Amino acid sequence: MEAFLHQIFSGLAAGGIYASVALALVMIYTATHHINFAQGEMAMFATFIGWALIEWGGLNFWVAFLLTIVIAFCGGFAIERIVLRPLHDKPVLSIIIAFIGLLVIFNALAGWIFGFTIKAFPSPFPTSPPFGNRFLNWHEIGTVGITVVVLLLLFAFFRLTPLGLAMRAAAFNPESARLVGIRVGLMLALGWGLAAAIGSVAGMLVAHVVYLDPNMMAGILLYGFASALLGGIDNPGGAVVGGFIVGVAENVLGAYVIGTELKLSVALVLIIGVLLVKPAGLFGRRIVTRV
Amino acid sequence: MAKLLDVKGLRAGYGQTEVLHGLTFELEQGGITTILGANGAGKTTTLRAICGMVRVAGDIVFAGQAIAGKATEDIVRLGVAHVPDGRGTFVQLTTEENVRLGAYVRSDKGQVAADLDRVYHYFPRLKERRMQQAGTLSGGEQQMLAISRALMLSPKLLLLDEPSFGLAPLIVQEIYRILRDINTKEKVSMLLVEQNANIALGIADHAYLLETGNIVMSGTSDVIKNDETIRKSYLGY
Amino acid sequence: MTTSEATAPAAPVAKKGPNAIGITIFVLLLFALPLLLPVVLPLLGGIITLKPNFMIFQLTLVIIYAIAILGLNIVTGYNGQFSLGHGAFYAIGAYTAAILMDKLDCPYWLTIPISGVVCLVVGFLFGLPALRLQGHYLALATFALALAVPQLLKYNHIEWLTGGVQGIVIIKPDPPFGIKAINADQWLYYLALVVACIMFWLAINLIRGRLGRAMIAIRDHPIAAEVMGINLTVVKSMAFGISAAYTGVAGALGAIAIAFVAPDSFTIFLSISFLVGLVIGGLASISGAIYGGIFIQFIPNVADAISKAAPWAIYGLFLIAAVYVMPTGAAGLIKQWQAKRRAAKQ
Ligand SMILES: Nc1ncnc2c1ncn2[C@@H]1O[C@H](COP(=O)(O)OP(=O)(O)O)[C@@H](O)[C@H]1O
Ligand SMILES: [Mg+2]
Repeated sequence: MEAFLHQIFSGLAAGGIYASVALALVMIYTATHHINFAQGEMAMFATFIGWALIEWGGLNFWVAFLLTIVIAFCGGFAIERIVLRPLHDKPVLSIIIAFIGLLVIFNALAGWIFGFTIKAFPSPFPTSPPFGNRFLNWHEIGTVGITVVVLLLLFAFFRLTPLGLAMRAAAFNPESARLVGIRVGLMLALGWGLAAAIGSVAGMLVAHVVYLDPNMMAGILLYGFASALLGGIDNPGGAVVGGFIVGVAENVLGAYVIGTELKLSVALVLIIGVLLVKPAGLFGRRIVTRV
Repeated sequence: MAKLLDVKGLRAGYGQTEVLHGLTFELEQGGITTILGANGAGKTTTLRAICGMVRVAGDIVFAGQAIAGKATEDIVRLGVAHVPDGRGTFVQLTTEENVRLGAYVRSDKGQVAADLDRVYHYFPRLKERRMQQAGTLSGGEQQMLAISRALMLSPKLLLLDEPSFGLAPLIVQEIYRILRDINTKEKVSMLLVEQNANIALGIADHAYLLETGNIVMSGTSDVIKNDETIRKSYLGY
Repeated sequence: MTTSEATAPAAPVAKKGPNAIGITIFVLLLFALPLLLPVVLPLLGGIITLKPNFMIFQLTLVIIYAIAILGLNIVTGYNGQFSLGHGAFYAIGAYTAAILMDKLDCPYWLTIPISGVVCLVVGFLFGLPALRLQGHYLALATFALALAVPQLLKYNHIEWLTGGVQGIVIIKPDPPFGIKAINADQWLYYLALVVACIMFWLAINLIRGRLGRAMIAIRDHPIAAEVMGINLTVVKSMAFGISAAYTGVAGALGAIAIAFVAPDSFTIFLSISFLVGLVIGGLASISGAIYGGIFIQFIPNVADAISKAAPWAIYGLFLIAAVYVMPTGAAGLIKQWQAKRRAAKQ
């Protein structure tokens, strides 16, 4: 029973990661209707920056953590402005190709600068079993805690601040947004920055578990996709719930039913399954509009 | 009275096709001017041109500033509010979020709160539906919402694109009564485009007649109202 | 002036299609290449230090990649469906060939058409449901497929078949009928070249035929195509299946040429290579597949000298640059250049 509870808890920890990645994807999707195939590699690269700040720069974990988030934000912002802005009226294929280009560049740059050998990524949490319970560990608790805090902060930002409202408005209806004076292009770039920042948090939390290397995020991105689709690709709340569902299901199924060997295939089946059976996802918005 | 808007030789279009072929018109401070025209005449395009939403050539001077070629966001900041064709509702947001967005560029927080109350005073129905998803509002309510959003800018000039479109006569009357109120009490100038000439001429002091991208007649509303051809083809009596 | 008059009557002939004489010369040259290389390379002495056999092996790979890219082009370039997962079909083709030879002692040449058929079926079946998905979603589904395939190949319950992480080693075939005049590498080159000629010829006819026109119509005007009575599902699935078959044939040839298959040769980056080749070579261009094949075979060789990661960094830059400055790829650039030259002549 305790082992089962542990699977659930590990699932929640993984789910927090998937939820973050899914949320990053959803943020960009709602604003641009594009799926950012480079999201995982951007997170991976940010994680390497965090690693370098700690290992090469000798910074304290939390300082490096916050600094990385800021750097990731600026990086995401810059990518939107420099690479994607000029492409906004190009056909879908061009944009997919640009995303793949980014994916490849980040992967190659990470290998080039930091090498392809697998690296340990530190955890800021104690290694002792929490509450004397050997089925739990602090890193998982911390991961759940941090992701929940990040998600709440984001929720508050989007619901309660004028800038958050403006970003949502720009994403939903750019033309009307311009008519109330919102700088839509700037909002898009901010959205990219935020997505990159969220991704970097996910990367730094998961790197301790899966170890850091340039291909670290591929599988996680796939689960992020699955979560986003399950929750509804245009629904941030749904993506978060989807992330936790997928995380728990993956862990429980992995432990008791299918083993961990086919993780990626499970994600593949999940993705195709959702797309075919319920393309709007579990909580996909049905926008009611009267004409 | 001073000119608030002075447009000379305005050309505008989409892609290769030119839709407006050199319009000249003006709007007095505090006045209501209407541009009448049949479907496809270029009314919407005229308003979009003023707001920098389409490619333009010619002169547009607003409150003494040349605004042709400026970005929409900057024109809005000068005090031009637009109630667009199709109402431009943010359907996923709540009614109140829609209204609040209208004040996005303003920094005078206290005054914004007061304006919100005032807008709800004009449109109590919106207040009742504050927390409702805006996409679920009726057509008339969405039109009111669009006007409220525009008013929240505390604009010098209100551009109105067929506010009567697709609405029941009673609702149209209500909306026009409120527009008149806003004009007299708050001194907001309005540029109103309409197919419904009857109702537009009832509220406007000046009128222009637009046909396939050219202004073919202009004058005070009274003159236009009594013109033979207008009466026949636009007023229907 | 007289020259322009003299060339004028020839123009309509040239317009009929790709320059037939040029193509014939090109193909003849390709056939002569393996025999010329061992003679020419030593003459060049110190300039190119590559062994002739290795050079021939690399050219074989160029041909194989060209076939795979042609397959991707059929579905993406001509039918407007985005696949980020053609590496998966290449893997299926390669493993089909390897398993047939390893487990069933199937003759190597027979594995090529079989792999094609297997991929045709798999592609068609994958296509049937997946094609309800538009643009991004199809890209996503195929992306997921490409990521999942290496892991599937390693799955320990099918290790008896796939050889697990170790993969399968197969024997490099010798030239048939005991021919001694050419060596194994040269023979493989000819095999790939003959298969490529057939596949390119089929592709040209496909594109010009009914199915090809329907594919292009769907790409350009999906709604009109449907109104015209084109069955979207069938045509799109067929395009996907045929495309997969091409890539599967390439995979089988690749397995035979390299004499080895292993899961880690078929990562997402293989799929991305094909995409790079497609974009750089030229979308919706038959000849573009050849330029693409050359690019993805030789650019890594050149860039590897700088760093292990350099080829990919260059790929990435090329991909993004292509989107900005040469959306028509190399084939488009060459066509423009030819048109300019023709215009200058007149
Ligand atoms: N987005 C657009 N792209 C191309 N042409 C347009 C577009 N919008 C309007 N038009 C054309 O411009 C002309 C004027 O349209 P519009 O300004 O909407 O007229 P009105 O508002 O008077 O009905 C019409 O002929 C219409 O077809
Ligand atoms: Mg209109």
